[in-house]
Amino acid sequence: MSKPVTAPSASDIPRRPLDWLPVALPLIVAVASLPLIGNPWTWLTLTIAGLAMGMIIFTVSSGLMLVFGLMDVLNFGHGAFIALGAYVGLSVLMPLTPWVEATSVLLNSAVFALALCAGVVVAGMVGLVFDRLLIQPVYGNHLKQILMTTGGLIIVEQLIRAAWGAETVSFNLPASLRGSWLLGEAAVERYRIVALGIGSAIFLGLLLVLTRTRIGLMIRAGVENREMLEAMGHRTRHLFVGVFVVGAMLAGLGGVMWGLYLQNFTASIGAQINVLIFIVIIVGGLGSTTGCLIGALLVGLTTNYVGFAAPKIALFSNILLMLLILLWRPQGLYRVVDR
Amino acid sequence: MTEHTQAPSLILRLLSGDLPRSRVLTIILITIVVGLIVAPFFIPGARSLNTAAKILIFIALVASYDLLLGYTGIVSFAHTMFFGIGAYGVAIASSRMEAGWTALAVGTSLAILLSGLLATVIGLFSLRVRAVFFAMITLAVATAFSTLMSQLSEWTGGEDGITFKMPQVFQPSFRLFEEPVFGIVVNGRILSYYAILVAVAMLFLLMLRIANSPFGRVLQAIRENPFRTEAIGYRTVLYRTIASVISAMFATLAGVLMAIWLRYNGPDTTLSLEVMVDILLITVIGGMGTLYGAIVGSVLFMVAQTYLQDIMVLASKASEHIPLLASLVHPDRWLLWLGLLFVLSVYYFPQGVVGSLRDRARGG
Repeated sequence: MSKPVTAPSASDIPRRPLDWLPVALPLIVAVASLPLIGNPWTWLTLTIAGLAMGMIIFTVSSGLMLVFGLMDVLNFGHGAFIALGAYVGLSVLMPLTPWVEATSVLLNSAVFALALCAGVVVAGMVGLVFDRLLIQPVYGNHLKQILMTTGGLIIVEQLIRAAWGAETVSFNLPASLRGSWLLGEAAVERYRIVALGIGSAIFLGLLLVLTRTRIGLMIRAGVENREMLEAMGHRTRHLFVGVFVVGAMLAGLGGVMWGLYLQNFTASIGAQINVLIFIVIIVGGLGSTTGCLIGALLVGLTTNYVGFAAPKIALFSNILLMLLILLWRPQGLYRVVDR
Repeated sequence: MTEHTQAPSLILRLLSGDLPRSRVLTIILITIVVGLIVAPFFIPGARSLNTAAKILIFIALVASYDLLLGYTGIVSFAHTMFFGIGAYGVAIASSRMEAGWTALAVGTSLAILLSGLLATVIGLFSLRVRAVFFAMITLAVATAFSTLMSQLSEWTGGEDGITFKMPQVFQPSFRLFEEPVFGIVVNGRILSYYAILVAVAMLFLLMLRIANSPFGRVLQAIRENPFRTEAIGYRTVLYRTIASVISAMFATLAGVLMAIWLRYNGPDTTLSLEVMVDILLITVIGGMGTLYGAIVGSVLFMVAQTYLQDIMVLASKASEHIPLLASLVHPDRWLLWLGLLFVLSVYYFPQGVVGSLRDRARGG
């Protein structure tokens, strides 16, 4: 009478339906802003600028998002790595001006890659020190974490001022990254396309590592339930240090890119972008890589659209965006962590 | 216990039953209060009077921050914003309207209204989800606000700030008596100093009252364990939001006092990051969650700031030939040392002066 019992196949396990609405959100924002901008070519320029800015912001905030999701550590000093990245990149590009100015694409790319690497290495090392000195001692205490890391940000920013000076510094893009391509009537700056490419590569790389490798599996498990992962015998502490340092490295890489995007900046570049990163993290939801990307793209797009269409309210556009998203989904776009 | 019964009931009631609870601390506090009262007569000079007035204003400002950080256990980065709203309220009203009591009253009330509104909105939006969001969202809003203030230069004077006039009584040229008293001319400066002293004393006692009320107890319960407090039946969101609104309003009043004293307001005096770091540092050094810490911390900090910066100038000149050291001890790097001191005190000295003294009194 009874049916033979069979082991459930993968397709029998109920899967959560894909929550596509947040994914469509940047698209909706882009389409909705077209009539506000008017000219489609201007709109195209702004959209690409917004996407490029969004990808850079994603690069710098992805590490913070993982650390926050994984260990519930809120690092207010994340901006310090970005500022360091920008200044280290500057120190690489300055002495190599002949390479920067050379018309050879090869030399230009070499110097660009060198600057990115230097930013990554220095930010990673400082990240390790940061973790040891400022985060480990107050582990598990939110209040002290915020205070300590804020102090760390101030210290690093002041050290940068002492080392590189307090004046505004300016970056020169490598020669072949300057200028723009014409897409119909829309002028698209070359560097933005490059930034878009690098950012997308990092997103894909992160996604691959997180979903296709064992270490990624452990990170995702830790984000969802750290105690369970520890109970199964994994040292989340080591995992955490690794994620923290990689996050700092990504911030250093993004810092070089952000510095080149802004071209002129001061040592407060880190504190300034901190605000954007926090908005991205809150919008995206804790511990979600995709949410972080969508949040970053939304911030990039709205900044550019509003900056063009209504510069008066540009200052508050990101805060407004955050408030709207929080009204819709109080936990952010995607909720992975349930604490 | 013994001190409770010994203290006269009037003082006990004035301090809402929250005595210093340490003999050393009591002596220090009495010295500070007496010192601040007699300061204009015993240590004359514009600079020391200025330091004394700043100490007073920071006592109110830091105590209001302590209600949030020390009692409720949430970090806000928008405290300077509310401080600035108070100062800008008075500044804009006094420069747009005819300077006088009406302008002062209008500026103050509008500022308090705006602060209350902003704090409510920020609190309800961020504290609903996670208390950590509060720190991030206050930072975002405060940054946008300070940029807005420097952009609205027509109203706020931009980076330069605005200078304005105060009611006649507070103008330096005003004389209360024809003859000097104890060899000191009682002018508008001294009168405004005493007005600020009285205001700060009232604000402080009021905050002490709030911190020691049943409401204050709930805040402390939330700080210790929000989950349990919610389980007992207190709406933590509501309590945290109300705490942040109260704290914002007190900060606004401190801003009003700052404007009255300086008769000038600009982004550097009230909105800058440096002021926020000062507040954080004083709160931690004085002792989080003690309110008296605000008094001890402000005095320590202001005196140190006034004289240490002179030392830094000297040190920087002396080490001119050592390249890196000279730039590290340069007075522009003041914030570096503040940051370092801040991190060290959060780590090694989290109870602050008042907490440690109380611990010692309890142990001894």
